[in-house]
Amino acid sequence: MASTAKTIEPIISAAWGKPQSWTLDSYRKRGGYEALKKALQMEPAAIIDEVKKSNLRGRGGAGFPTGLKWSFVPKDSPKPKYLAVNGDESEPGTFKDRYILEDDPHMMLEGIAIASYALGVHTCYVYLRGEFKFPAERTQAAIDEAYKAGIFGKKVLGKDYELNCYLVRGAGAYICGEETALLESLEGKKGWPRLKPPFPAVVGLFGCPTVVNNVETLASVPAIFQQGADAYAKLGTDKSGGTRLVCLSGTVNRPGVYEVSMFTTLAELIYDDKYGRGMPAGRKVKAVIPGGSSAPVLGADELDVAMEFEALKVKQTMAGSGGVIVMDDATCMVRSLWRVARFYAEESCGQCTPCREGTPWQTRLLRKIEEGRGEPGDIDMLSNVASSIAPYPPIGLGNTICALGDAAALPTHSFLMRFRDEFEAHIREHRCPFGDKPWGSFGDWS
Amino acid sequence: MAEPLFTSEEQKKFDAGIAEIISHYPLDRKSAGMLPALRLLQEIKGWLPPEGLRLVAKHLEVTPERAMEVASFYVMYHLKKPGKYVIDVCTNLSCSLWGAEKMLAYLEEKLGLKAGEANEKFTLRETECLASCGTAPCLQINEDHHESLTQAKLDAILAKLS
Repeated sequence: MASTAKTIEPIISAAWGKPQSWTLDSYRKRGGYEALKKALQMEPAAIIDEVKKSNLRGRGGAGFPTGLKWSFVPKDSPKPKYLAVNGDESEPGTFKDRYILEDDPHMMLEGIAIASYALGVHTCYVYLRGEFKFPAERTQAAIDEAYKAGIFGKKVLGKDYELNCYLVRGAGAYICGEETALLESLEGKKGWPRLKPPFPAVVGLFGCPTVVNNVETLASVPAIFQQGADAYAKLGTDKSGGTRLVCLSGTVNRPGVYEVSMFTTLAELIYDDKYGRGMPAGRKVKAVIPGGSSAPVLGADELDVAMEFEALKVKQTMAGSGGVIVMDDATCMVRSLWRVARFYAEESCGQCTPCREGTPWQTRLLRKIEEGRGEPGDIDMLSNVASSIAPYPPIGLGNTICALGDAAALPTHSFLMRFRDEFEAHIREHRCPFGDKPWGSFGDWS
Repeated sequence: MAEPLFTSEEQKKFDAGIAEIISHYPLDRKSAGMLPALRLLQEIKGWLPPEGLRLVAKHLEVTPERAMEVASFYVMYHLKKPGKYVIDVCTNLSCSLWGAEKMLAYLEEKLGLKAGEANEKFTLRETECLASCGTAPCLQINEDHHESLTQAKLDAILAKLS
């Protein structure tokens, strides 16, 4: 299909794939660290105002306005303040931050320096998921370069302002992407989320005011000071400025990470020549998860929706972390949900009873149904178990300390709402109607 | 007499590493270095032997129980000695749509191991999302990432493991 999607100038992904894009030299040739120079001439409060004006929203999943989050940090606290970078990318369908860390880590480091200066932070911890060996190597090399170049250290670009930045690798726990679990993990503990309030902006790392920002969020900050906040805001919608990265995976011709306008629709992402290039021959879209595995699933007739926070909310789903997973018409929805449910059961930290008990219960029921052992009543039971973890709707008011419970229940509710007939067919026929190839025949495996 | 935990080379690496780790945190927050310290120990020994956990706890001024609590929470720490090559196969949704379940079955047959089992050479594990959904299916071998796998590509990778 010829491209009809609105063209944008890429911001975050502009240098990806170019020679040595990850080095300081390359970043500087592209105007890197000029935004930091500008910001260092400004009053910290004015920097926060600019970020507010830009309408930048957090790219980690919740989409909270970044400038507003920064403004919650108390200015008169006698305690040190911290910045924690959330690079614990692990939600199925989400793989964008890895590209920033591998291909252009200095863009994130510049965002870190601007944010830290604005917030009065002198120590930043970049927390990357443990499995990210190569991204961690690239990021550490960039941090080392930044120290040598006087970007980090005793005097940031010669100004009387000290900033230290340390890389910490997790050890394989999805829950540590939840901001308070991330802080626990940074404090050297198991990743058990904390009750909120107090929010980390007031009581965070080591009991001190702390901002937790996603990798892409911070990588978006330099552009605000290069282009000006108004120009950045105008790239997006009234409530969501700039561009965003989306991760396209599943059964499409060209999966990948694409930087898109907030006005790009899901249908354009899947079919447009610039992005997914449509479905493999003979396949049709059956379902799409629009924002990481926790986002409620949409049906094939619901793809004419812009991939931005508000528009997806109207559809009772969410933009989340930008992870778009496409399932074709040969895909078994029971097996798909089983796979997603297993993830949440595996990754539940075990602190809250509804999540600890409910997530494996969902998984067992789904396995039973998929294997043809389902009984009448199992679907209602599944729905009840999910409701015990988090009722549906609304989104975000579950019965657990953190949103992992919501994340585990939302897929169940939405799959049952949109594809209930497939669950019933499994029980009625005592087998998976898709036979022994419930994933179709995608991929080069016999 | 019990064998010492470290050779002299390993001891040097551990001491330097621990000092560096502790320097990243406030003086009264040494215990924050737990994750990097456990990673350091595992890099040196290949796993987390009990005497190593006690040593890390001592350096970070916490109880050995606390070190164990953390070590047992995270899947990347090995509390038992694993095979020489730890293979983590992602079977989550995007990878399975590109054949990961079949890839795992292929590996199980080829290695003569079920997911979750180990022998001296291999530990085979089913793992959750490795953030490589656009280049599925994928797996990691001792943290080295391999993506867009086909049967031929996987065979070539395995053939290089001695």
